[in-house]
Amino acid sequence: MAAARTVLFGVLAVLAAAPAAKAERLVTSLSNYRVLITSNFTGADLVLFGSVERDAATVARRGGYDVVVTVSGPSQGVVIRRKERVFGIWVNTESRIFIDAPSYLVMGSNRPLAEIADTAVRRQFATGLDQLVVSQLAGGSVSPVAQNDFFRGGLIRLKTREGLYSQDENAITFLTPNLFRAEIPIPANAPIGTYEIDAKLFADGVVIARDRSAFEIVKVGFEQFVAVVAHDHGALYGLATAGMALLIGFFASVVFRRD
Amino acid sequence: VVLVQIYLPIAELPVNVLLLLGMGIAVGFVSGMFGIGGGFLMTPLLIFIGIPPAVAVASVTTHIAASSFSGAINYWRRGALDPALATMLLAGGVLGTGAGVWLFSLLRSLGQLDITIGLSYVTLLGAVGVLMIGEGIRAMLRHRQGKTLAVRRGGSHTWVHGLPFKIRFKQSRIYVSAIPVWAIGFVIGFVGAVMGIGGGFLLVPMLIYVLRVPTNVVIGTSMVLTLVTMALATVMHATTNHLVDAVLALILMVGGVVGAQFGTRAAQRIRSEQLRLLLGLLVLAVGLRFAFELVVMPDELFSIRLLGGA
Repeated sequence: MAAARTVLFGVLAVLAAAPAAKAERLVTSLSNYRVLITSNFTGADLVLFGSVERDAATVARRGGYDVVVTVSGPSQGVVIRRKERVFGIWVNTESRIFIDAPSYLVMGSNRPLAEIADTAVRRQFATGLDQLVVSQLAGGSVSPVAQNDFFRGGLIRLKTREGLYSQDENAITFLTPNLFRAEIPIPANAPIGTYEIDAKLFADGVVIARDRSAFEIVKVGFEQFVAVVAHDHGALYGLATAGMALLIGFFASVVFRRD
Repeated sequence: VVLVQIYLPIAELPVNVLLLLGMGIAVGFVSGMFGIGGGFLMTPLLIFIGIPPAVAVASVTTHIAASSFSGAINYWRRGALDPALATMLLAGGVLGTGAGVWLFSLLRSLGQLDITIGLSYVTLLGAVGVLMIGEGIRAMLRHRQGKTLAVRRGGSHTWVHGLPFKIRFKQSRIYVSAIPVWAIGFVIGFVGAVMGIGGGFLLVPMLIYVLRVPTNVVIGTSMVLTLVTMALATVMHATTNHLVDAVLALILMVGGVVGAQFGTRAAQRIRSEQLRLLLGLLVLAVGLRFAFELVVMPDELFSIRLLGGA
């Protein structure tokens, strides 16, 4: 709470110092720009504060403001496979390669996306999980995946089930007409890497301002040590692990010796 | 309650330490009771609680290495293992493990690893389970009728005994060709690396029924083979696939060695044919569980995997 308050004051300070402008400007600040994965990591909740900056020359918006915050994790190449029944058992048969699927994709807004903007605008700004754009690799060439593709639907469903994709239409709360807070859930299985935040300000169904920033998720301490050694020095790691197994086995036989 | 959650660095998810310890103790109990590694129980359990199958298979090899080492030391002290036979089995076992890890990597890249693990479990566990139950029931009936049966049928030679390159194993008091010994070692090493099991429940009956090894040295000798193939599989899985989770393996081991002590004690109060029947039922149950999963339509037909390893 103390951290959140500091951020809030920070945003207000930025606001106070901002130069005069005619159109709205969007200013945001995140509660934590570096999420650390330690041995007791069970996920995290980040808070993004944002302010719509206007001045006397800015036109009045009768419909008020809407905000959509999109957070996307490092993009990954993935294989999506579909099971089919072959001789009575379920076997992976068809598969597709998506080269740029976000590992994590969370969209938050202050009300249902359909009420904020029409489909054309949402498609243009890739707003909403249903507007996710991915490319597939087939026969050596890259092409965009159609929206009604079953494999694309499978990707979204699987990622949503893992808690890595989500769309929350109550994630953003306006504290005053010009000041909002957005909640960004980071599940424990979120991969490490750089996460991009794209906050869009909507008024009357169009995007009028945008603010981008980023944060990172890193493994630290013991977790990082183990992961790095396992990956960069596989043989050494294997020998050490096997050695640990022998040591534990030996201790057990000594401790529980019955004669 | 939150404090007992620990983040596994390779599996990349948090798990409950007490749950893992409990699983280690339970499987350790079973393994101590029957003198097997218990991998065929541990791997499915880990998959069930959400550990990625590939990480589960690779990490369980480490866990089995620990439990079979402590077991092997105990049998060594009592002189209940045959070092010469173990060495010959190992010659095949090392090659088999290498081939198994290679196939594991290949199947994983083709997306057919899970189905292979599933099918292997159904086939192997189903067959071995049914055989063990049949044998256990026959033995119990014989016991009820007051008959005794010599486990070692000295004169009964099969085609296995006609093979060349014969070697005499003094401790086991058998004179047998090296070919079936190598072959058995190879099969166990291979199956163990692919399925994440030590193969003790396969090896023990093979040694008894194919090679006619006396029961008093069977378990100790099988543990030596399991120990070396599993330690080797750990190193190979760590080198090629980077999937061994040392933290996961450590928690399982600690639970496992404790559970094994209670299992060994419990086993002394049960007659051996009843033990075999129980193990058969357990093996069959795990096999049926896998069969069920293969046949019943999954609630999600799609699956996802990262390109280029974990």
